[in-house]
Amino acid sequence: MGKSLFHKVWDAHTVRTLPDGRTQLFIGLHLIHEVTSPQAFGMMKDLELGVAFPERTFATVDHIIPTAKKARLRPFRDNLAEQMTVHLTDSCKQFGIRFFHENSGQQGIVHVVGPEQGLTQPGMTVVCGDSHTSTHGALGAVAFGIGTSQVRDVLSTQTLAMAKLKVRRIEVDGQLGVGVYAKDVILHIIRTLGVNGGTGFAYEFAGSAIENMSMEERMTLCNMSIEGGARVGYVNPDAVTYAYLQGRPYAPKGQDWERALAYWRSIASDQDAVYDDVVRIAASDIAPSLTWGVNPGQVIAIDEPVPTAESVPEHERPNVIDALKYMQLTGGKLIKGHKVDVTFIGSCTNSRLSDLREVAKHVRGKHVAAGVKALVVPGSQLVKDAAEAEGLHDVFTEAGFEWREPGCSMCLGMNPDKLVGDQLCASSSNRNFKGRMGSPEGRTVLMSPVMVAAAAIAGRLADAREVFGMVEQKEVTRGTR
Amino acid sequence: MALAEIKHVVGRGVYIPGDDIDTDQIVPARFLVSVTFDGLGQALFYDARFDRDNKQKPHPLNDARFQGASIALCNANFGCGSSREHAPQAFHKAGFRAIIAESFAEIFFGNSTTLGIPCVSLTHDEIEGLARAVAQNPELEITVDVEHLEVRAESMVFKCQIKPSAGDALVRGEWDPIAQLLEAKEQTVALGKTLPYTSW
Repeated sequence: MGKSLFHKVWDAHTVRTLPDGRTQLFIGLHLIHEVTSPQAFGMMKDLELGVAFPERTFATVDHIIPTAKKARLRPFRDNLAEQMTVHLTDSCKQFGIRFFHENSGQQGIVHVVGPEQGLTQPGMTVVCGDSHTSTHGALGAVAFGIGTSQVRDVLSTQTLAMAKLKVRRIEVDGQLGVGVYAKDVILHIIRTLGVNGGTGFAYEFAGSAIENMSMEERMTLCNMSIEGGARVGYVNPDAVTYAYLQGRPYAPKGQDWERALAYWRSIASDQDAVYDDVVRIAASDIAPSLTWGVNPGQVIAIDEPVPTAESVPEHERPNVIDALKYMQLTGGKLIKGHKVDVTFIGSCTNSRLSDLREVAKHVRGKHVAAGVKALVVPGSQLVKDAAEAEGLHDVFTEAGFEWREPGCSMCLGMNPDKLVGDQLCASSSNRNFKGRMGSPEGRTVLMSPVMVAAAAIAGRLADAREVFGMVEQKEVTRGTR
Repeated sequence: MALAEIKHVVGRGVYIPGDDIDTDQIVPARFLVSVTFDGLGQALFYDARFDRDNKQKPHPLNDARFQGASIALCNANFGCGSSREHAPQAFHKAGFRAIIAESFAEIFFGNSTTLGIPCVSLTHDEIEGLARAVAQNPELEITVDVEHLEVRAESMVFKCQIKPSAGDALVRGEWDPIAQLLEAKEQTVALGKTLPYTSW
C-alpha cells in the first residue's frame, strides 16, 4: 500500500511519539518575522533557553515595514514598528540567525523569500509563525503556520508537538479557461469545500491543471489552503519544481544536486497512495471568481449575482445577511460594476514576478481610472529588481499605478497601507475579513491580480476578459512557466 | 516546569454568536504591533465592541450581565484565519479559561491548548440551549469537564468533544509541551542527521 508525500515526510521527521499521542516532529526550515517572534524570544529568555539549530532559522521583516520609499527610513515613524524591527535584529544577532533585513537586497514577504532563496525544498518540514506558511507546500514541502509558543518550541528544540493530519487529494483536471488563474482555482475550491472543509486535513493538489501550473502559480494555490481550513497544502514535486530550484542561492549544488533529486523523487506520493478523501474538480467549471462577502468562501463568478439570504440553507442565512450588510451589497444583483476606491496587487498570494508580468502585459498603454488609488507591491526586493530590469515598473507607473517597496502592505492593516472608512478594495491578497485592511469598516474583494488590474482600469469591479479583450488570446494569457 | 492539570473549568458563560469568527475580529491586526502580549485583554473583539470614538457598541462582552464570564460560547469554525497566538492570549488575559464552540479552526485550537485553554465542541443546538440558559440566568455555573468530556450546567449535561491528544495533554498537565520537547535533545540531533537535506 503506497504512501502520500505527507505521510512520508511526517514519518521521516518523527523524533518520537509523545505521551499524549502527538508526534514530536523535526522541523527542517523555520522562518521568522517581526510580528510573531519577539514574544517567543521573550519566553525563551524567561526560561533561559537558547536557539538549538540557528542555521535552520531565517528571518525577514515584512508585516509592519512601510512600502513607501521615504517611510522606510529608520527609525520608522511608528515607534512600535521600529521596536519590533530592532527586537528582531538584535535577536538574530544574538543567536546567529541569518536576517534578510531591508538593506540586504533580499528582504521581502517571508513566503516569497523562502522559495526564491531556495531555502524551501521538497521533502522538508517548514514552519513559520504565519498561517500562510502553507505556501511553501507548492515545492512539495509539508509546511504550516504555528503560534508564538510554537515559534519558541522550534527555536529552542527544532521540534514541535503536532497531531498527524488526514490527507485529502484534490484533483483538478482539464484546461483552465481564458482569464482563469491559480487564484480562481483556489477560490473555487474554497467555495466548493467551505472555509472549514479542510479542518484536520492536509490538501494534496493534483491533476493535470495543477501539473501544468508554474511554481509560482502553485504557490498561489497552496497559499490559500488555510482559507479553506487546511493548515497544510502541497503539490508533489516534479520537473517544474526541480527547474525552479536549480541555481537558487540555498539550493543544493554539484553532487548534492543529484542526491537531492533522488530524495525529492523518493518522497513524492506513490501512485497507489491511500488518501482519507479524494475530491475531483473539472478545470472547465472554474470561472474568473471573486469574493462578495466577509470570508474567503463567499465566492462567486464575476458574471454571477450575489446570493440572497433566501437562496442559502437556513443556518447560513444570518451569515449572508451580515455579510451583505457589511459589504453594502444587494442579494440577487451583480457585484460587477461596483465602484472601487483602492486596488491592491501584492501579498504572499500574488506578488511574484510572474504575477507582475501577467498584469503588466494587460495594463500596458492603459490608465487607472480617476479617483482610484492603485498599488503594486512586489513581494521581495529580488522580485522588485527583476521586474525593474524588465521595465515593468515603468509600465505600471505610466498606467497610473504606484510602484512600491516590498512588504505585506494592504493585506493586513499593520503598516501605513490601510483602507480609510468604508473604502472598497479590489485585492489580490488572501483575506476579506471585516476590518482586515486596517479600517474597521473597510471592504475587501479578493480576486486574481489581472482582475484587480481590470478593476483599477475600469474604476469598477469588472470582468478582466472584457476590459482587456482576452478572448482571442487564449495561449498568451496563461501564466508564465 | 510543573503545569496545572486542567481536568475541568468552572465559571459563568457568555455567548458570542456567529459562524466563522476570524482572528482579525478577535484581535484586530493593529494590536499586534507590539513586542509583548501585554494589554491584549482590552483588544479582545475591539472593533466589534467599540466605535471609532472608542465608545461602546452593543456586544455581549460589553453587557454588564456577563462581566466576569470565563467560558465563551461560540459557533462554527471559531478562530479561523491567521496563526496569531494573540487571539487566545487576548481571551486568556480577559479572564477566559475555556471556549465551547461547534467547531474550531485548527491553529487557534492548538494555540489555545498550549495556553491551557480547553476548546471543547458541542452541537449547534446544545450551544443554543446553553446560550438561552445563560441569557436567562447570567450567574449560571457552567462546568467544562475535560476529563469526562462533559459540559454541565444545572440539569443540563452534554457530552462534549475535544481532540484526544489535546484533552489528554490538558488533563495530564502537559498542555505546554516545551519540557517534553527539550527532553529529546539527543534524539532530535540524531534524527536531523538522517535527513539528507541537513548535509547539503
